[in-house]
Amino acid sequence: MTTDFSKKNNKVVGTAPVFLNGITHRKVCKEKKSLSQFQIALKRLQRNRLAMICVVILALFYFGAVFADFLSPYSYQNEDRKYSYCPPMKVQFLDEQGKVRWPYVRGYYFTFDEFHKRVYAMDKFKKYSVKIFTRGDEYRLFGIISCRYHLFGVDQPGRIHLWGADARGRDLLSRLIFGARISLSIGLIGVTISFTLGLLVGGISGYYGGKLDHIIMRLCEMLMMVPGFYLMLALMVIIPPSFNSLQRYIAIVVVLSFIGWASLARVIRGMSISLREREYVLAAKAIGVSDFAIVVRHILPHTLSYSIVAVMLSIPGYILGEAALSLIGLGIQDPIPSWGNLLSDAMGIVRIKFAPWILLPGLFIFITVICFNVVGDALRDYLDPTLSKEGS
Amino acid sequence: MAEELLRIKDLRIKIRGDDGSRELIKGLNLKVDSQKVVALVGGSGSGKTTAGLAIFRLLSESMNVQGGEILFEGKDLLKASVGDMRRLRGKDIAMVFQEPLSAFNPVFTLGFQIAEVLKYHVRLNRRQLRERLYELLELVGLPDPKRVLRSYPHQLSGGMRQRAMIAQAIAANPKLIIADEPTSNLDVTLQAQIIDLFRKLRSDLKMSMLLITHDLGVVRELADEVAVLFDGRVVEFGPARDVLSEPRHAYTSELTKIL
Repeated sequence: MTTDFSKKNNKVVGTAPVFLNGITHRKVCKEKKSLSQFQIALKRLQRNRLAMICVVILALFYFGAVFADFLSPYSYQNEDRKYSYCPPMKVQFLDEQGKVRWPYVRGYYFTFDEFHKRVYAMDKFKKYSVKIFTRGDEYRLFGIISCRYHLFGVDQPGRIHLWGADARGRDLLSRLIFGARISLSIGLIGVTISFTLGLLVGGISGYYGGKLDHIIMRLCEMLMMVPGFYLMLALMVIIPPSFNSLQRYIAIVVVLSFIGWASLARVIRGMSISLREREYVLAAKAIGVSDFAIVVRHILPHTLSYSIVAVMLSIPGYILGEAALSLIGLGIQDPIPSWGNLLSDAMGIVRIKFAPWILLPGLFIFITVICFNVVGDALRDYLDPTLSKEGS
Repeated sequence: MAEELLRIKDLRIKIRGDDGSRELIKGLNLKVDSQKVVALVGGSGSGKTTAGLAIFRLLSESMNVQGGEILFEGKDLLKASVGDMRRLRGKDIAMVFQEPLSAFNPVFTLGFQIAEVLKYHVRLNRRQLRERLYELLELVGLPDPKRVLRSYPHQLSGGMRQRAMIAQAIAANPKLIIADEPTSNLDVTLQAQIIDLFRKLRSDLKMSMLLITHDLGVVRELADEVAVLFDGRVVEFGPARDVLSEPRHAYTSELTKIL
């Protein structure tokens, strides 16, 4: 009888891993090839068309951000006051006779209306062919290789503003592409910092428990008590105005991640408390693994499926946070573009009326945020074993 | 001639529950000589496993040691520093858990987890490490080491897992192995194989073993000496043959009768 009892006991202890791998098991039988839970989630993600579209869009955005120098026709500082708030130019394929020719843009000139507002008109006699791999502003590819080639552009004195220009006549498309660098990277770097912090603090707090846990959790609660945006404002005000743009960028990242880690730490702490009771943690202790290594190696990996989803769903928060800060002028400062401070141009109703294209960065923020949310949501459906109904 | 490796003197362990605390182990006395297999026998819930974990100082928070001594090679483990304990675990004393499926971390390969012991206790470069792993798997009788090292715990059968568990335990050449019901989850043929394996390890590697079990069949096959745990005390301790053939305590004779 005793044998039966202890066997029963063992099964209870062993249920969790068996269950976790239940999906894998069934998969193994079907495909004759073992896949990890994460690989299965990726496979399923590939079948979700909406999520895949979002992944592709995000990949394109990040690609654009990396190769901004090359993809944009001008540098983000290149300005020409003659083109202040110049409307988007049309690339034309037909000449006056209606014949197809190499695409070109027309030159613009402006007159003033009765309110002394510039009115742009196309110059019939000036045509500038759009050139591929043309020479333009010099830049350093990846910060090393000096290069002058851009994907497209027109010869001087013509200018090409496919999505219009801002007040100082800087190309909005170029600034948008350069702005992606800041706006998109801030999400990744911020999430990396705050998740490292949140995972470690939460893991350690839950693993040790007791007084340390109490102190850490009360600290987290204090941090979470203050509304995020106001805490962010308060912290940004401390930053001296003498900071250059790089320092500012770092400050924003630090402030955003400082606000973001606490809530994650609380969730991870809860998981850590339940995971530390697992027998493999005891087994790891019994072979002499140090406490820190147990937290990092034996406990935190089990929170991975939650963390991945949480990462995807919290990146938009960082992007929006930066945008909000830059919008009200506390974030990235002018010559350097970010989607937030590009939008700050569009704060007046008059500007939106006469130059609606400066709202474009807002659209890009919107698309990025939606994409991250869709992908994160899809990943959660596939990664969270408590939510998945069937094993296939 | 036999050198004393482990001696537990008057160990008392208290367990705290919702309804106050009670003494689970009221005075455990035990001795393991080197190169000897000692079986600690007792019913479910008698505190066998707890005693095993107490040697590692890995009791859960609700249990604490009230008194006694655990002398390993003459040093009291209950007074050893945390760092000393960590260096000792896995290197001098290793544990074979009763349910390898839950004792292995499901997210890592077996190769990684067996190597983890070596990483902490033995200095080896990559090639030596791989050779050692192969050697270990051969020792415990696991064929196709390449595949085994790359597979995850759930991908192996119960018997293979138990062998891998043993490989992990003996990786750093410990002086004492504490095996907690190493055969209770296996069917009879596998049990016999694992018992053979233990016998082989004992003669080849000259290891001592504390076998925690309720299965007198295993005890008869493996143990030199038996300690019978009943009501928190060792009620009988002596050479296996004598204890099993002429039990002196009522509980022991009950056990032998059931068998």
